[in-house]
Amino acid sequence: MSRIFLTTETVPDCCRAGRISSLFPLSVFVLLCFAWPGIVNGHVYQAQSAWIPSLGLNLGFRLDGLSFLFCLIITLAGFFVTLFSASYMAGKPNLFSYFFYLHAFMVAMLGIVTADHLLLLFVFWEATTVLSYLLIGFDHENTTARENARQAILVTGAGGLFLLFGILLLKTMGAPMALSQWTQMGMDIREHFLYPFIFLCILVGAMTKSAQVPFHFWLPNAMSAPTPISAFLHAATMVKAGIYLLMRFHPLLGGTSLWMGTLVVVGGITALWGAIQALAPCDLKRVLAYTTLMALGILTLFLGGQTVASLTAAATFLLVHALYKAALFLATGSIDHQCRTRDLRNLGGLFSAMPLTMLAVAAATLSMAGFPLFFGFIGKEIMYEGALSEEMFPGFATLATLFANSLMTAVAGIILLTPFFGTRPPSLGQVHEVPWTMRLGPAVMGGIGVVFGLFPEWVSANLIQPAVFAFHPSREEIRLVFFHGFNLPLLLSMITLTLGSVIYIFRISLRHRIQDVIDRLWITTPRIYQKSLDAFVAGGTWFVRRTQTGMLHTYFAVIMVTVLLIAGWAWIPHMGAALIVPDMAQISIASGICLFILAATGVVLMAKKRLVAIGGLGAVGAGVALIFLMFGAPDIALTQLLVETLTVIIFSLVLLRLPLLRTVRKRSRSRNLFDAGLSICAGILVTSFLMGLLQVPLDRNLTTFFEHYSYVAAHGRNIVNVILVDFRSLDTLGEISVVVLAAWAGVVLIRRQEKE
Amino acid sequence: MQSIILKTATRLMVGLMLVFAVYLLLRGHHEPGGGFVAALVSGTAFALFAITEGPAQLRRAIRVRPSVIAMTGLAVAAAAGFPALFAGMPYLTGIWWKIGEISLGTPLIFDVGVFLAVLGAIVSLLLALEEN
Repeated sequence: MSRIFLTTETVPDCCRAGRISSLFPLSVFVLLCFAWPGIVNGHVYQAQSAWIPSLGLNLGFRLDGLSFLFCLIITLAGFFVTLFSASYMAGKPNLFSYFFYLHAFMVAMLGIVTADHLLLLFVFWEATTVLSYLLIGFDHENTTARENARQAILVTGAGGLFLLFGILLLKTMGAPMALSQWTQMGMDIREHFLYPFIFLCILVGAMTKSAQVPFHFWLPNAMSAPTPISAFLHAATMVKAGIYLLMRFHPLLGGTSLWMGTLVVVGGITALWGAIQALAPCDLKRVLAYTTLMALGILTLFLGGQTVASLTAAATFLLVHALYKAALFLATGSIDHQCRTRDLRNLGGLFSAMPLTMLAVAAATLSMAGFPLFFGFIGKEIMYEGALSEEMFPGFATLATLFANSLMTAVAGIILLTPFFGTRPPSLGQVHEVPWTMRLGPAVMGGIGVVFGLFPEWVSANLIQPAVFAFHPSREEIRLVFFHGFNLPLLLSMITLTLGSVIYIFRISLRHRIQDVIDRLWITTPRIYQKSLDAFVAGGTWFVRRTQTGMLHTYFAVIMVTVLLIAGWAWIPHMGAALIVPDMAQISIASGICLFILAATGVVLMAKKRLVAIGGLGAVGAGVALIFLMFGAPDIALTQLLVETLTVIIFSLVLLRLPLLRTVRKRSRSRNLFDAGLSICAGILVTSFLMGLLQVPLDRNLTTFFEHYSYVAAHGRNIVNVILVDFRSLDTLGEISVVVLAAWAGVVLIRRQEKE
Repeated sequence: MQSIILKTATRLMVGLMLVFAVYLLLRGHHEPGGGFVAALVSGTAFALFAITEGPAQLRRAIRVRPSVIAMTGLAVAAAAGFPALFAGMPYLTGIWWKIGEISLGTPLIFDVGVFLAVLGAIVSLLLALEEN
């Protein structure tokens, strides 16, 4: 007991930066509220500015009913999560990065739901992928957190590539990139032969982001993120991005039997599989993660429908789920923070210790279970109405919804009853209620669920209908009402509650059974993911071991052989014509120097000591410099000479680190012959190149240009230097960057070798 | 290296070479020379100094870390492109001012950047190799 007391004493109660920065989402939320009346009246707010006009890209933003609903959820959840984090994360390292990532993520998320241009949407989409990677792996000293973050970015990043491919396919078909211009395009695209591919690409993008089976496994693993992050990313916002995408594409791609059938099946399977697995884990957060899978599956299932009822069900459940799930995640964070565990087996009887958190959790779970008077009940009624009205597989959709909802009811019971009621395990010790910053979010979001449940007509008119109208053309109205009368959906709701209670009673034995079955499955996507990742790494390692031998000699031979093969293949047919006896008069001038170079080459080849060989190489370089000088290129001669000098100096320094030449194992005779052949071939190739070059009239256009403009435009008479620092200075900037980087890399390698 | 002749010659040579490097740098726009060549000459001078006096002495003599020289060079070269932007022209366009008889321009600043970047690269490699 005293230990806990002490730790709460030393850790600061609240992070001020977090508390202040929570004003940012709050102010965006308040700003949005000003746009509310306009949105309800069907007004669409737009803003645009040029970005890359030559590519037809502009920064177009658009706020309609659907974007508005998403924006409200994002900013509201963002505010509560930031406030919660201020206390939850207090005393942890790297808080600045934490809040920076958090707010950057929120901005990217707002960008996705308001972007009017598909490529702009994609940019924000990728930004959320990267930021979620940083946030999941925030505890970067923990190997599991790093691995899970990597898994999330690999799965969602691969999906992002599919999305990009789909967008590009759409573009090649001439579909407008601006979402606002999609109204009339639909028919042409649905009949195009590329339609299935586009649909598939967009679908995979949405499925990976929104964790649909078989790409669902990253989401439960992403729970290694700090809990407020899970509440924000993996309950309220990011995983809904895929749902948003499907909603946006609904008018363009939806309505075909391919769309409807695939979405209903994928969504139904995800909902059932998520709901079943939610019973298995003991970690409260993982339970919530699996219920999120169920919710995402249900949303996908309803987006497979074409009727207003099923789309209204999707929009309503989106709101219902965001409210209760964010509240539950935050409350889980509170429990974890105060009890230092979130294992269901070690929790119990927190009712008296954390009464306010308990109330919030109660409101949220009752909404989740769909008890009458709560918003979840309204959501469930419309769900059954939507499922019954599906065009493809209505029976499957209804049954999947029924079973998933029953399981949810049971899980809601587990989440509420296990931690808060029963006897408190002695291991928990003294537990205190959390500070107000951590209570506010769950309380308000759970409370909204109650209020919305009492006034469904208001929610329907002000939030749900504007959102549905934004992606469904028909103006048919479906109003959410408090009581629909005695009909089939009500009957199904009653069955759900009964079935849920039965499952709750058998929860313990079910937990073990389900865990057994999951363990026994011999092929699962997480395992396929792990296997392919391992295979990829092993393949890469094998390839690098084989190709990167670390022998300079081998590298050089490979480069030379490649050059000879590629250049020789193109050149040899023309080589015969190029080989002529050059003008003897010119040769005689340089012949002395040429002999000198040849002699120096001989010295290099014969040398028994490295120093002699290096001296010989230097002499070769000096000879070449002399030739440059003789043929009127003083600049190049100067540079060549200086480079040779420095090379010799640096070489002689390296020399001290090398073993003596005669102690090195003699290379085999065949190897020597091969090297000699290679060198001679290279020599012949270059010589014939040069001879051929001399026979072609020199194109002096550039020379004339530079001669003419060098002084007039660039105030310089030295053309070489003027080209370097003025005409082509951007190239030079790149080159000196490479020089500096190369030097740096060299220094690192040398120092590392010293350490070893 | 312990050699009186080399040491005495180095004293004279290094200074001369550095002055010559500056001369090469400045005249580069009209005659053979320029930032790159000047950097090679001064790099050779420093190499000579390091061989006779030792790397520690060289570090003390140039005062700043060679990587700082290289980075400054890159920054100067990159900055030389900005006056053109302010004048509404593409990045790195040469801008010239007339001071009396001499015209001075951003290409000279750029060339100084090249000089520093290459010199820093050479000296940092040199020191890494010498210090072991």
